[in-house]
Amino acid sequence: MEVVDIHASCDHEFIAKVEEESEQKVRLCYQCGNCTAGCPYTFVYDIPVSQVMRLVQAGQKERLLSCKSIWLCATCESCTTRCPNEIDVARIMDVLRHMARREGYVAEKNVKKFWDTFLDSVEKHGRVFEMGLLATYVAKTGRFWTDMELGPKILPKGKLSFKPHEIQGKDKVAEIFKRFREMQQ
Amino acid sequence: MKIGVFVCHCGSNIGGTVDAARVAEASREFPDVVFTSDTMYACSEPGQDGIIQAIKDNQLDGVVVSSCTPRMHEPTFRRTVERAGLNRFMFEMANIREHVSWIGKDKEANTNKAIELTGIAVEKLRRDQPLFAKQFDINKRVLVIGGGVAGIQAALDCADGDREVVLVERESTIGGKMAKLDKTFPTVDCSSCILGPKMVDVAQHPKIQLYAMAEVEEIGGYVGNYEVKIRRKAPYVNWDLCTGCGLCMEKCPSKKSTDRFNEQVGSTTAINIPFPQAIPKKAVIDPKFCIKLTKGKCGICAKICPTKAIVFDQREEIISESVGAIVAATGYDLFDISKYGEYGGGRLPDVITGLQYERLLSASGPTGGHVKRPSDGKEPKTIVFVQCVGSRDKSVDRPYCSGFCCMYTAKQAILTKDHIPDSSSYVFYMDIRSPGKMYDEFTRRAMEEYGTQYVRGRVSMIYPQGDKLMVRGADTLMGTQVEVEADLVVLAAGAEAAVGAPQLAEKLRISYDKYGFFMESHPKLRPVETNTAGVYLAGSCQGPKDIPASVAQGSAAAAKVLALFAKDKLENDPMISLVDMKRCVGCGKCVRVCPFGAIKEIDVRGEPKAEVIETVCQGCGLCTATCPQGAIQLSHFTDNQILAEVNALCQL
Repeated sequence: MEVVDIHASCDHEFIAKVEEESEQKVRLCYQCGNCTAGCPYTFVYDIPVSQVMRLVQAGQKERLLSCKSIWLCATCESCTTRCPNEIDVARIMDVLRHMARREGYVAEKNVKKFWDTFLDSVEKHGRVFEMGLLATYVAKTGRFWTDMELGPKILPKGKLSFKPHEIQGKDKVAEIFKRFREMQQ
Repeated sequence: MKIGVFVCHCGSNIGGTVDAARVAEASREFPDVVFTSDTMYACSEPGQDGIIQAIKDNQLDGVVVSSCTPRMHEPTFRRTVERAGLNRFMFEMANIREHVSWIGKDKEANTNKAIELTGIAVEKLRRDQPLFAKQFDINKRVLVIGGGVAGIQAALDCADGDREVVLVERESTIGGKMAKLDKTFPTVDCSSCILGPKMVDVAQHPKIQLYAMAEVEEIGGYVGNYEVKIRRKAPYVNWDLCTGCGLCMEKCPSKKSTDRFNEQVGSTTAINIPFPQAIPKKAVIDPKFCIKLTKGKCGICAKICPTKAIVFDQREEIISESVGAIVAATGYDLFDISKYGEYGGGRLPDVITGLQYERLLSASGPTGGHVKRPSDGKEPKTIVFVQCVGSRDKSVDRPYCSGFCCMYTAKQAILTKDHIPDSSSYVFYMDIRSPGKMYDEFTRRAMEEYGTQYVRGRVSMIYPQGDKLMVRGADTLMGTQVEVEADLVVLAAGAEAAVGAPQLAEKLRISYDKYGFFMESHPKLRPVETNTAGVYLAGSCQGPKDIPASVAQGSAAAAKVLALFAKDKLENDPMISLVDMKRCVGCGKCVRVCPFGAIKEIDVRGEPKAEVIETVCQGCGLCTATCPQGAIQLSHFTDNQILAEVNALCQL
């Protein structure tokens, strides 16, 4: 394991940015581990959430933005609920995920593809078109057999329509996306 | 009037950001000032000698010292001017450290502000009058509230110092929390074996009057002369006749009564003596469970009692006692573990508090010292201890460390291994806090010799699985989630202020913090005094404490009481309110507003007037602010003095 120069490698600007965007103080964390203890996704994480918090405190930007955990977090907010210091840990995970996306880090490509496809679908149809989402996601990732066994169960229940839902205010939803893009520029 | 002004540098504390020499120079322009100087440390011996010399050389009538807060050195300088032959109240202090040098960096602005503060102190001093203290008698008896180990120690030390002690205990026996413990850390000696003799001493000491099952109802008076009303609850047993034989307990048919002494692990009889070493060892009937008192039938205890001590129609009584000092030693209570829903405390029978576990370990406990879990009476083989339950947790409003849980958990892990050699213990901890003599060695022993598994992390949930409890937590050092299948879970419940502590504090007129712990007068230098003269603190009522610290504080409080009682007369503080009879219209507003009951209405030639009881008045100034006529004035802080200060500030 490499030796970390905790002075030179600490990115204070990064810490400030995380704190600003999440409106949380990462200094409040005293590393009790309650977030990790309750997190239902620790089994797939490469870095447990309490260590994510520690790495934020230490300003280890590179390690954090390139980790898988921030993409696998389901935002169930168990960590936020349990934190004795009332830190919104899930929000910090969310901020890190956004930062990673902005800076071009994608440790879990399929998760990003899913989110992109999902939002594209919402933009186009006003709400998600499940069959279209499925087809695009499968095409982008090549995961043809994922959840295939669920098809026969949900098709007869009418849960998976072959046509997009016709909803009112589709154009209004598209406006939201437009405004967001304008804001970003 | 001739005034001298002394400006202190306080090393670089003031000198760093205030030009002390310029303050001294500028002060020469103030009216009546005939002498000024700046000095490195005014409070030092040469500094004080300089003040005395200047008073004598210049025949000064009063002195202003511009230095630190009066809370720090006002008494020092008052003694200084007194040594030089002046009245101690012909002295004023300007705070140019806390109010100036420590809070601003601009030397020019600071110096100007220091000059202004010195100027208003001079204006106040010009209107100061010599004041003289009055002497009054002192009642050399002491009231100790709370019969835990701190209160016991304070009572015994005062009694050994030949003073009469009134000890009031809320429960039916003294001993407090310590009496419930099985063993004590770090020596693992039997708790009741070391506490028992002290309890017996309390019972047998001719100087101690013990009121058990009693609470302080009302406190009036002031240091040296407190009048206390004590409400003694009815035990429904004539304690003069009861011999504590325990026959009644054997025959009582109501066996489902709340067992308070055993922390509700199991239940007890409606007529009960909490434990074999109880002091006083007298039976008490719980009226909520007694069949005779609830349904009118039964009365078996009355029939069987060999001394005919049962009195079903006994009533509570109010007792009055006069004392000169009070020691509050009301202890602590445990955090309510059911507040953590994820731990299942209060819902899952095998999730218990550390104090409940003590009763399971204790030979005089409900299981006779055999560890049996509450749900099915089985001996547990895997025991999980969870630390910091209600400590260091802002989300439940308990951000403080309870201090003793790390140690008692280590002790319980050791005792568990002694009781059940083939058991495994796991301790979930955040940090191990063991700063005491032989304390850290003790926690190391739990790990090294007794094989206790310490897991660095918190527990997120506990849920039943079959007849076991699944404990899910984190091991932050391994960086993983961990699980343990436990037979019994012991939560190290933190300490919180005793039930009713704030109400008692209000009766005692002492302050308490936001958690209900009583405030000491100074966190370092006056740890057992309060800001109310004659009221002292001992033990956990001031903040969570272990046994050695509680005992030390009990003795310390007793030392303070004995020092107070070493004087035959006490002097009042002459900074009190005085009524100008000519202006008083007898409206009585001051009488109603006084928090100390220090003003009474008198009749002067058929007209009602207010009169201040000089020994009771604490000089708070409420009456002065209330009086519509300006007839009541606080000596040393008269309206004229305050207005002179304001005028000086506005004209500067």
